[in-house]
Amino acid sequence: MKFTKSIRWRLLLWIALFLSLVLAALVFAAFEIYFIGRLDRIDVELNRRTVAISRALFTQKAVGIETESADLANADAIQTAETAQTADLDPKKITASLRRFQSVDPNGFYSAVWLLKDTDPTFISANAPDDLSRPRLATRDTSTYTRTRGDYRETFHATERGDCVLTGHSLAMENANAQRILFWLVFGSLTVLGLGLGGASFIIGQALRPVEKIGAAAQHIANGHLSERIPAKETDSELGQLAAVLNSTFARLETAFAQQKRFTADAAHELRTPLTVLITEAQLTLSRERSTAEYKESMAASLETAQQMRKLANLLLELSRFDAGQEKLEREPTDLAALARECVKLVTPLADERGIRIHTDLPATTIEVDAARIRQIVTNLLTNAVRYNRDNGGIFITIQKEEHLVVLAVADTGNGISTTDLPRVFERFYRADKSRASGGSGLGLAISKAIAEAHGGTIEVSSEAGRGSIFTLRLPV
Amino acid sequence: MRILIVEDEPRLLTNLAKALREEGYAVDTAADGVDGIYKAESTDYDAVVLDVMLPKLDGCKVLERLRKSKTTPVLMLTARETHADRVRGLDLGADDYLVKPFDLGELFARIRALIRRNARQTTNQIQLGDITLDTRSQSAQQNGQTITLTAREFAILEYLALHRGEIISRTELYEHLFDENDSTLSNLVDVHIFSLRKKLGADVIATRRGQGYCIEK
Repeated sequence: MKFTKSIRWRLLLWIALFLSLVLAALVFAAFEIYFIGRLDRIDVELNRRTVAISRALFTQKAVGIETESADLANADAIQTAETAQTADLDPKKITASLRRFQSVDPNGFYSAVWLLKDTDPTFISANAPDDLSRPRLATRDTSTYTRTRGDYRETFHATERGDCVLTGHSLAMENANAQRILFWLVFGSLTVLGLGLGGASFIIGQALRPVEKIGAAAQHIANGHLSERIPAKETDSELGQLAAVLNSTFARLETAFAQQKRFTADAAHELRTPLTVLITEAQLTLSRERSTAEYKESMAASLETAQQMRKLANLLLELSRFDAGQEKLEREPTDLAALARECVKLVTPLADERGIRIHTDLPATTIEVDAARIRQIVTNLLTNAVRYNRDNGGIFITIQKEEHLVVLAVADTGNGISTTDLPRVFERFYRADKSRASGGSGLGLAISKAIAEAHGGTIEVSSEAGRGSIFTLRLPV
Repeated sequence: MRILIVEDEPRLLTNLAKALREEGYAVDTAADGVDGIYKAESTDYDAVVLDVMLPKLDGCKVLERLRKSKTTPVLMLTARETHADRVRGLDLGADDYLVKPFDLGELFARIRALIRRNARQTTNQIQLGDITLDTRSQSAQQNGQTITLTAREFAILEYLALHRGEIISRTELYEHLFDENDSTLSNLVDVHIFSLRKKLGADVIATRRGQGYCIEK
């Protein structure tokens, strides 16, 4: 079995793919929720501070500052801002106010203000990075922006006058945290993936073991041990049902094989006997000088035997064609009664020899069949009825119409068929009397049955010891 | 030597009987198992050729019943050559087995072998003092000189030679030399013995008055 084609590896591959996707989504979601959440909180804080500082420093009347700053954690900052209102925009006072602002903020926030068109910040807190420069903003743009600059998160905006206020916070710790969390998430995911695949592999192995067992058993049986069966304990499980189906298939296969084997053996046997006659005939004749009459007799006997073999070979060929479903029927509307009368005419000389009378009840019945084939059946049935009849006996051939069926029956007044022979008379080469001397091939009824079945019909026999037998051919209309 | 053939194919039966008669055997025939077992039980044949597939009573059953009363060598004929069939036949007491189609030559050789074995001989050559009998070519030589014998004469000589030291009654000799269809008188045996003594010398075959004939060991 090719590695990549095995069910186990395919299942594992799919599970790995699925698990990876789920875990990746989980890691992504967890990371996003954590990191974005943190960032959002920082942003809100930055925004509030920026607005608070801006209002405190540059607005004449701090309208709504209470509401704005009510959320601020540090009440001092509000006070400072309110104080700063009176500073009248003196840079020094602003610086002082800012310093206050800064000093009361232990959380690593930093703030800076660029007055008017200044390029250097008026104040940079101790936390502020060295490379802090004035953010570029279009003139009269007073919107508030948030940006990530390297390891820093900053919020800034400009006043109508052109001053710029910026508040920032270092993200160094956040990033480190995020990295650590990401590492653990990925590490955890890989562990889960590994454990999952290991478990899946084990479970698949467990699930596939009975399949492998069934496969091995089936292989063993297929290798010629047709009489054995797959051991199946639970017939309710899917695998039990599979085993049951396989077992019933094997049973049918075994029967078919046995039949085929017996048929082949029988056919060989039937051909070997005339072959033996031919060989001994020739060897005997050639063993010494013979008279012309003896040679002639020998040739005649050989010819007869050869013709018998030819007949047998033809019958065998015909049967095997029926078996293979290759025999085509040439159906045409046929009057079954006329056909039966022809057959009766054919066997009448045979019957007359032994004083057997043939009685007919043949109402005209048109049916679509292969006339030559049906004639073969009827002739076979009539010949048998003569052959196995008693001297001066009778034969009755009748046709009856039933719903969707035409029934042709041939009854004789012979000795009947014993109950042991009765179920086997349609078998190939089965002869009730085991004798070749009767002249039959042992195939006549087998072929009749094959023809009837090819027409979708049936042929049956019933018999009563000492009273005779009735063969019934049923053909669908 | 008298042989029974039990075979249901009429032409094969005729051919085998004719061929074996030409080989110098006395041959009886039976076309079914019932007739076969009747004949085989009522006559002491030197060998029986028995077909397996027979009407009325199949060959194996015939053999089974025959073995209850007689040890007559039996050669089974069959068209089946499966292992199981052969084993079954041999286990039932068949002495040999021949699968159809066979050569007449092989059948003859096997029958000779059966008769030889039954008489505890190992070859086809029987030595009687200065006379050598060859059962294969049906010929006799005395001091290197071929003696012309008729088939009947040879058959009598062969039978007595195979049963050396035994006294063979006239009836027994008659039974083994003539088949069921022969209606010759039993004193024909005496005529053949007389003729044999003339050809081979008077002392080869001894007469036991009132008992029969004998070739001394």
